[in-house]
This record gives sequence, C-alpha cells and structure tokens, in this order.
Amino acid sequence: MSPTIAVVGASLAGLSAARALRDQSYDGRIVVIGDEVHAPYDRPPLSKDFLAGRASSDDIALGAPDDEDLHLEWRLGTTAVGLDHLSRSVLLEDGSEVRADGVVLATGARARRLPGSDGLDGVHVLRSLDDAIVLREDLALAERLVVIGAGFIGAEVASTARTLGLDVTVVETQPVPLAGPLGTDMGAVCAGLHADHGTRLLVGTGVAGLVGTGRVEAVELTDGTRLPADVVVVGIGATPNVEWLAHSGVALGNGVLTDVRGATNVPGVVAVGDCAATWSVAAERHVRTEHWTSALEQPATAAATLLGTGGPVPTPVPYFWSDQYGARIQFAGSRREGDVARVVEGSCADRSFLVVYERDGHPVAVLGMDQPRLFTRWRRQLRSVVPTPS
Amino acid sequence: MILVCPTTALPPGEAIRVEADEPIAVFNVDGEFYAIDDTCTHQDASLADGWLDGCAVECPLHASCFDLRTGKVSGPPAKTPVRTHRVVVADGMVYVRPGVAAEGAA
Ligand SMILES: Cc1cc2nc3c(=O)[nH]c(=O)nc-3n(C[C@H](O)[C@H](O)[C@H](O)COP(=O)(O)OP(=O)(O)OC[C@H]3O[C@@H](n4cnc5c(N)ncnc54)[C@H](O)[C@@H]3O)c2cc1C
Ligand SMILES: NC(=O)c1ccc[n+]([C@@H]2O[C@H](COP(=O)([O-])OP(=O)(O)OC[C@H]3O[C@@H](n4cnc5c(N)ncnc54)[C@H](O)[C@@H]3O)[C@@H](O)[C@H]2O)c1
Ligand code: FES
Repeated sequence: MSPTIAVVGASLAGLSAARALRDQSYDGRIVVIGDEVHAPYDRPPLSKDFLAGRASSDDIALGAPDDEDLHLEWRLGTTAVGLDHLSRSVLLEDGSEVRADGVVLATGARARRLPGSDGLDGVHVLRSLDDAIVLREDLALAERLVVIGAGFIGAEVASTARTLGLDVTVVETQPVPLAGPLGTDMGAVCAGLHADHGTRLLVGTGVAGLVGTGRVEAVELTDGTRLPADVVVVGIGATPNVEWLAHSGVALGNGVLTDVRGATNVPGVVAVGDCAATWSVAAERHVRTEHWTSALEQPATAAATLLGTGGPVPTPVPYFWSDQYGARIQFAGSRREGDVARVVEGSCADRSFLVVYERDGHPVAVLGMDQPRLFTRWRRQLRSVVPTPS
Repeated sequence: MILVCPTTALPPGEAIRVEADEPIAVFNVDGEFYAIDDTCTHQDASLADGWLDGCAVECPLHASCFDLRTGKVSGPPAKTPVRTHRVVVADGMVYVRPGVAAEGAA
C-alpha cells in the first residue's frame, strides 16, 4: 500500500506543505484536512483590499491552476479532534480517522476574543473569510467604528475603515503600539499614521466593557469614558490552535514545539506556520512566528524532515509587511530590546524612510516605510549573514 | 516607442520604472535589456523595486518570481504571467514598444 501523509489545516502552511512534499518527489497519498469549508485562501487581504471591497474571494484564492497535478485528497469542513501518536492516526469529529505514516500540523491560530463580548451584535474579530464577509457588511452600514488593539489587525482595519469614510477610534492598552515588533521609537512613528489620517488613537487605556443590549452601542474604558460605536473590531492577538493535540503526546508550549527543521518530539510528526513554535538558533528559544512568509517557507524544510532527506539547517530571516493608510511597511530580521535604530534613508517625518537596527555595530533588522527597493537590498544582505547565538 | 533612458543610466543589475498606460519595468541583465509589466500580478507591488537574480525578478512584496524573457511565473504566489514588451536599443538609448511582446516570449 502506498504511504499516506495527513496535513491538518488547509491554509497557507498546509497547502505549502502539500506542494513541498510533491516538489520533493513524494508520490504517496496526501490527505488535507481543514475545518473551514472554503478552499485555501490568503488572509492578508482580509484586513486590506478584501475588506475595502477591492478584492473578491476569487482574487484571494491560494489555489493555482496546476494544483490538480498535486493529487490531494481534500477533507474540507472537517475538524481534527485528536492525534494518536502510536498509530499516527488523525481523529476526526465524525468519529472516523485518517491513518498516516506522516503528519503535518498546520492548524494556525485564531483571534483572541474580548471576555464578555459574546452574543453582542456588531462586535467582530477578523481571522477568517467568513469573519471578513460579515465585518464588511456591517461596516457598510456603520458610521462609528471602535477598534480594540492597535496591533496589525487594529491598524489595518482602522486604515481600511477610514477609506470607507467611517469615524474611527483605536484603543490600545500599551503606551506605544507595535513596540514589541518595531521598538518604541519606530512603533511611535508608525502609530503616527493614525493621526495623519484622522483616526483617534487612545493609548495606555484599558477596556472596562462593552455597552449595549442585543447590539453594541459603546465601548467603556477603564477611566469611565464611553466611546459610542456602531461596530467594534477586537484585534488583541491570536492563540495557536493546538488544544486538539492535548492528549496526543506532542509537546506543546506557546504552540507546537519543534526543532529548527520543524520536527516535533513525536517521530513522523512535523509542525509549520502560525501553530508552530520553532526553535530559533538566533534567539535561542522557541519562536512562534505569526507571519505569512514563515507559513510559506517553513513547509519546505518540514517536508524534507518528514521524508528524511534532511538538508542544511535553515537560517530564516523573519519578514513581514503591513499596509496602513497607503503606506507600505516592511520589516525583516530579529530585533531585540537594546538594538539601536538608525535612519539610513528618508525621514520619519516624511513617512518614507529606511531604518536599520544595529547590535554591537552590526545590522540585525531593517524596517522600511515606502522604500521597497532599498528594503529589498537590505533584506537580502541580512539573509546572507549567518546568525550567531547571542 | 517610449524613450526610457540612455544605456549608461541603466547599468547591469539595475531596473527602472517607465510610466505608460500600464507602468513598465525595464531591466539590464549583464548588458541585455528586458521589459515587462511593472505591476506584480499577485497584488500591488512594483517589480522594478524587486531583486534581480539572473533572468528572473523577485517581487519585493511576497517574492513571486517572473522570468524576464517570457514573463512567466517561475515562483509563487503569483499565478498569472506578466506581459513582456519589446526593447530597442539605438544610438545609446533604450526604448520600449509597449504592447509588443519581446522576441521569443510566448
Ligand atoms: C486579517 C489578517 C491579515 C494578515 N495580514 C498579514 C500581512 O499583511 N503580512 C503578514 O506577514 N502576515 C499577515 N497575516 C498573518 C498570516 O495570514 C498568517 O501568518 C498565515 O495565515 C498563517 O498561515 P497558517 O496556514 O499557519 O495558519 P492559518 O492561516 O491560521 O490556517 C490554519 C487553518 O487550519 C484550520 N484549523 C484549525 N484547527 C483545525 C482543526 N482542529 N482541524 C482542521 N482544521 C483546523 C483553520 O481553520 C485554518 O483554516 C494576517 C492575518 C490575518 C488574519
Ligand atoms: N501585517 C501583518 O503582518 C498582519 C496583519 C494582520 C494580522 N496579522 C496577524 O494576525 C494576528 C492577530 O493580529 P493582532 O493585531 O490581533 O495581534 P497583535 O498581537 O499584533 O496586536 C494586538 C494588540 O492589542 C493590544 N491589546 C491586547 N489586549 C488588549 C485589550 N484588552 N485592550 C486594548 N488593547 C489590547 C496589544 O497590546 C497589541 O498592541 C497576529 O498573528 C498577526 O501577526 C499580521
Ligand atoms: S505582490 Fe508580488 S508577490 Fe505579492
């Protein structure tokens, strides 16, 4: 009988894993199990062009015409509820199971919800195509939007809503948004885009609760302020979808723990994308990288691990982009507290700049706003430097 | 024909964006000039800002690769090719003919 590999999670990481297995000449069965009914689609446009009505669901499909040649067995609309590590079987919610010789865990992450917000109309999170469709419909009828959380989701949704003509307020608990990924100085510069485009940004403010019966009417802050709202979007981070692996024997932390090559502690089981906390040589700890490019690139390494073909130890340079108020923000590398940010091109005031983060005089990360060409050159340069543990 | 620039202004390994009905990117690969649509077919990025690797350009946003000779996708996520345009070099000047496919391109 031909071998079977089960891929759990039918999104960017799962599809990329299936493609990588075929690229690497695996010709056995591949069963792709995904709980969403939709064929794989791209999430980044959900807060950008799709939400703005400039892209359709066809535009954001991840499938390519020649994917038929991959001969994948799709099990869409099917939730995996467990993994038996001895028989390497994936257990499905209908009680059936998929017996496999290898398993790729690619179940991603889900949006964190605000406690106490369940059952109130007009309150949204944004993670899936279905989320984006209902949010888009709701925004079309609304005048006032309150966004909770000034991370990536918050900033991008606020920006899109402004282009739709809404009055927008963003509430953030931290004193400076995006300080985690970008550092305080650059976080503040990027957050300046909100004011430039007429969005109110309230920082250092907690949310006490949502006001309304049936439908949300306002957001109440911890200082007692009430912000009237027709629609509320909660963008306060994401949680990895790993609960279904609780009794599987697969080691879990903030995600599925893997080595640099995507291997879990269970032989024949690898993990990729937003659900995976992968060992980072540079950071000397497990890092769950919640960015599109990791979900695209990690599967090639993990597929080689599963097929036992090895290859060199990958030295990824994390990369992400974000589109906010017409500005294209790009970041690559690994920044830490204490790294020095230096503007090497343009100026922050002009909202067009390139910033290099340096540690002991060496570049470790780069941030660009509307500087794609220069950014690409710096990103390349970072990729050619082998990271050393520090 | 659109005048792009003197050949000396576009050294090997460099690219330039030319405004036309649809913007066009012109590349110099070791002395050979190629022109393709500047806008990536995946989403919205300028390929003239991309990374040249032999006869391919990598999109600066999500790293789709296009073959400069044919316009074909040589790496995902893009699914559709870009159009190629014919380049004419005369008297030290680089020109493109928008809408006329490069010789040898499909
Ligand atoms: C609105 C939005 C905008 C974004 N914008 C950007 C951006 O601009 N730049 C960037 O770098 N990144 C961006 N990201 C992040 C990027 O989309 C993610 O990093 C990427 O989608 C991760 O891919 P994944 O396949 O690992 O996980 P996911 O895309 O989360 O997919 C996991 C899939 O597994 C399914 N699943 C979960 N549990 C089970 C189960 N038990 N059984 C079966 N199936 C299951 C899920 O429903 C889902 O379909 C954005 C994300 C969102 C939500
Ligand atoms: N361009 C991009 O890269 C992009 C765009 C959208 C989404 N994503 C991904 O989607 C996921 C979710 O994004 P996100 O923006 O929700 O997460 P995030 O972690 O980027 O930001 C969450 C923000 O919410 C704040 N916050 C937390 N609790 C709060 C509370 N109770 N009240 C007010 N603020 C609070 C945090 O301080 C933080 O600033 C992440 O994986 C992210 O990487 C990425
Ligand atoms: S816009 Fe070029 S690869 Fe996405």
